[in-house]
Amino acid sequence: MGDNMEYYAGEYDVIVIGAGHAGCEAALACSRMGLKTLVTAINLDSIAMMACNPSIGGPAKGNLVREIDALGGEMGINTDHTMIQIRTLNTKKGPAVRAFRAQVDKKRYSERMKWVLENQENLYMKQTEVVDILTEEGKVTGVITNLGARYSCKAAIVATGVYLNGKIVIGDVSYEGGPNGLFPAKGLSESLKKLGFELRRFKTGTPARIDGKSVDFSKMMEQPGDENMKAFSFMTKEINIKQNSCYLTYTNETTHKIIRDNIHRSPLFTGGVEGVGPRYCPSIETKIVNFPDRESHQIFIEPEGINTREMYVQGMSSSLPEDVQIDMLRSIKGLENCEMMRTAYAIDYDCINPQDLKLTLESKHIEGLYFAGQINGSSGYEEAAAQGIMAGINAALKLKGKEPFILDRSEAYIGVLIDDLVTKGTNEPYRMMTSRAEYRLVLRQDNADLRLTQKGYDVGLVTEERYNAFIKKKENIENEIERLKCKSISPVDKVIEYLRKYNSADIKSGVSLYELLKRPEITYASLAEIDEEMPGLSPDEAEEVEILIKYEGYIKKQLTQIEQFKKLENRKLHDDIEYNQIKGLSSEARQKLSEIRPSNIGQASRISGVSPADISVLLVYLEQLRRR
Amino acid sequence: MLDDTIAAVGTAPGEAGIGIIRLSGKRSQDILGQIFRGKKAKDVNEMPSRYMSYGFIYDEEGKKIDEVLAVIMRAPYSYTGEDVVEIHCHGGVISIRKIMELVLKKGARLAEAGEFTKRGFLNGRIDLAQSEAVIDIITAKTDEGLENAVNQLQGELSLKVKEVMDKLMSMLAHIEASIDFPEHDIEEVTSENLKSQGNEALGILKELQDTYYEGKIQREGLSTAIIGRPNVGKSSLLNLLLRENRAIVTDIPGTTRDIIEEYLNVKGVLIKLIDTAGLRETEDVVEKIGVEKTKEALNRADLVIFIVDASKKLTEEDMAIASMIKQKKVIVAANKIDAGIEADLEALGEIFDGHNIIKMSVKDKKGIDLLEEAIYNTAYSGNVKSKSSAVVSNIRHKSLIDKAVDSIEKAMEAIDEGIPVDLISVDIKDAWRYLGEITGDTVEEDIITEIFSRFCIGK
Repeated sequence: MGDNMEYYAGEYDVIVIGAGHAGCEAALACSRMGLKTLVTAINLDSIAMMACNPSIGGPAKGNLVREIDALGGEMGINTDHTMIQIRTLNTKKGPAVRAFRAQVDKKRYSERMKWVLENQENLYMKQTEVVDILTEEGKVTGVITNLGARYSCKAAIVATGVYLNGKIVIGDVSYEGGPNGLFPAKGLSESLKKLGFELRRFKTGTPARIDGKSVDFSKMMEQPGDENMKAFSFMTKEINIKQNSCYLTYTNETTHKIIRDNIHRSPLFTGGVEGVGPRYCPSIETKIVNFPDRESHQIFIEPEGINTREMYVQGMSSSLPEDVQIDMLRSIKGLENCEMMRTAYAIDYDCINPQDLKLTLESKHIEGLYFAGQINGSSGYEEAAAQGIMAGINAALKLKGKEPFILDRSEAYIGVLIDDLVTKGTNEPYRMMTSRAEYRLVLRQDNADLRLTQKGYDVGLVTEERYNAFIKKKENIENEIERLKCKSISPVDKVIEYLRKYNSADIKSGVSLYELLKRPEITYASLAEIDEEMPGLSPDEAEEVEILIKYEGYIKKQLTQIEQFKKLENRKLHDDIEYNQIKGLSSEARQKLSEIRPSNIGQASRISGVSPADISVLLVYLEQLRRR
Repeated sequence: MLDDTIAAVGTAPGEAGIGIIRLSGKRSQDILGQIFRGKKAKDVNEMPSRYMSYGFIYDEEGKKIDEVLAVIMRAPYSYTGEDVVEIHCHGGVISIRKIMELVLKKGARLAEAGEFTKRGFLNGRIDLAQSEAVIDIITAKTDEGLENAVNQLQGELSLKVKEVMDKLMSMLAHIEASIDFPEHDIEEVTSENLKSQGNEALGILKELQDTYYEGKIQREGLSTAIIGRPNVGKSSLLNLLLRENRAIVTDIPGTTRDIIEEYLNVKGVLIKLIDTAGLRETEDVVEKIGVEKTKEALNRADLVIFIVDASKKLTEEDMAIASMIKQKKVIVAANKIDAGIEADLEALGEIFDGHNIIKMSVKDKKGIDLLEEAIYNTAYSGNVKSKSSAVVSNIRHKSLIDKAVDSIEKAMEAIDEGIPVDLISVDIKDAWRYLGEITGDTVEEDIITEIFSRFCIGK
């Protein structure tokens, strides 16, 4: 691009490239923390676009949403405003894995997020494609757009999703393209390569959308929302909506035969797709090949929104040719006459190796350059938003000359997510799962505010209103637990009757309500029958009290493990350590430590190839350093 | 890592007057408090620092284990700079082992090579010049560890451990898949299902615990039966062994150094003679206690010493005994070689391993060293026949297996109490982690891999 085409277009503190789920949270965090922020998108109608499933939340993902909310992010509030169904999953499997999952009106979700961005002080929004990132002496200084505009900035956040050199694949047809019929981003990959980033190809996909009026829902099982409607945001008082249903149907032998007969036309098997796809959202053809014994697979038909008849066909992600897709859809019960409106596709895109990043999501070698979302090898709206808010906060803190903001694995799913990406790297699009969190008993969605709102307030992102609500809730919970510990009941008639009613063992002498509540059959709510002094706690507060008391033993055990874990996390490793000079380290550890440059001993211990003996050597080395 | 409490035997293995068990870390004093009752110092918190206190160590059932001297060296005035406890007990294998197992059970972890020194350095108690040596110890330990790991990994033990880990992993994957993908039609996790898998895992682990061979010998002695037809020299052999190998054990109330005639100490291996009570009065055990009882005694024996009269031809009775014990680990003592060899020892060699046929003469005290050698080798080669071919021989492995058993049992209890699966998985995961420390595996990524290979999941 010749210099003569360029023009100077203005100065910002931070420029966020991309306005998807990561970009929106990043831009909001920066501007809310007082920085002049520009966010760019290839198409301003695609802000916070939900390019795939029309839902937010679920196990682990729902925890991310609540954590984002507790820190002062937007995803939870936006979901509450635009949801059309809400369910609580895993209600019986344990307090830590209960999860909210909302069906969302995609269009309204995007529109409202755009409205929030537009109304945000310090935040500017432009439809343009950034094609180059400018640096001087290893520091970001600005960006250039495809129209030759040069913006200067002190930090840039790359949140390009699947747009970088995006390639759409449907059967033997393939073309350059972004998600959902949008343009791909063409220039930025080259720029990143020039800056020294290793680019990789990942793959994802989305199923077909069908016309709801061509579907026979009477042949399917209706899946309505919960009567007891929950909100994602700790700030939302109440959800009161008319809910829409999803519908469950199944593939059958005919469907599978159609797929098997046409498997040779699938690009996944002919080599038409180069990227690595995620294990947890395999295409329907992958499922048929990998699990040949299954006679059927679940298919959920989900509404895309209120003002549309389009339905999302969950479970049918595919890159088979269009004609095969139509045949297989119509082989399914209830979809015999269905009209496909949008064809399922696979998309290949460029992403970086997240091991090139620090825990702040800043590049290890370019100062002021941050990355968030699918560009880092993750997948999912929630995972993207979580990285977005963290990249935003850290960019803002850096420009303000403040300490970085890092959540560790014991503090938040966000911490697990970023540590996994940055420390271990990923070979497939990374999805958050509860199984990845070693301390999930304390990383519950019910206590996300208790874990994180203080921190969000300290960095300057949480509003006074949210902070005060949090303080009040915290006090109410603590006071009530204290009260239950002190209040003792004796085996009087009323109590004996109560215990019999709930099939609970008799008490011989005085017992505190706290001890009583530990019994599996006794609920907090039922204590009201024998305790006239119960304060009127909110349902959230009551839930918290109940969980903390009932599962105290398990939680305490996890807290002890966390204490151990923190010891190692607090032993800092400096950036300039020459691992090759440390006697006693294995050669693999030397190489890995030099590449990844962990910021503390705990992080070092999670790098594959670094053994406990290597960690011992590092500890001794640190002590040697300290004494010299 | 630096926060836990470590323990090790501080004295060299083998026969010695005293043995010292050393603990270092925050919980040292607390652990001592749980097992030690001082004559004067009733409460360990009141024991002065660096003063010996006289008292007794008790096991969990309140049984006296040994009479000891205990000393607390409180931080930072100790070798490691942490709270250090030393327990000076009687030497010899039993007492040390029992106390060691007790402190491990109470929450100490077996120290790694050089770990006391490493802690000393990290806590500023050892100077910089010595730190190089610390790194050398760690490095040396790794090399050795690797070698051990490779050896162990090829062994039957790791196959068994893996088998249990696979069962636990399948439980975990099932639970985790149902949690992370609640709407997929994964077969429901039922408590019956979990219990039956958990009990299978427990069964295997408990068998492994039973094979904790070396430890079992150390704790209880190698159960040994001496058997043979009348007049082949059983009692003379026993008397000879007893004269030369009086066992000093402290495993009895009062904990004085009594001589227990049922115990022999052969080259440091404790031999417990089974049902030999009347052996010295009458030659004919079988007659005295009955055939059935003899068989029962044989069943309990880890080792059988089968005496024949080598100077005479083997009798039918000899052959009957031989066939009765051919499934056991047997050392054949071919006695009376001073009177010539008439017995067809080759025929015996076909029934038993030829190496274990010891030609000897009790009368001339000839071959007794060979017999002792054979007993020692049997004890340490681990080839005493037990139910399982996998043998746990290492105290670290034993203590990890014990912890795994505890965790699984806790999970099983939790299932009975109706605790939700997420919490049950906590204990199952712990069990898996303990076993993973034997095989060197880590749980999180394994679960995720397992979920995707077992269950068809996706949008």
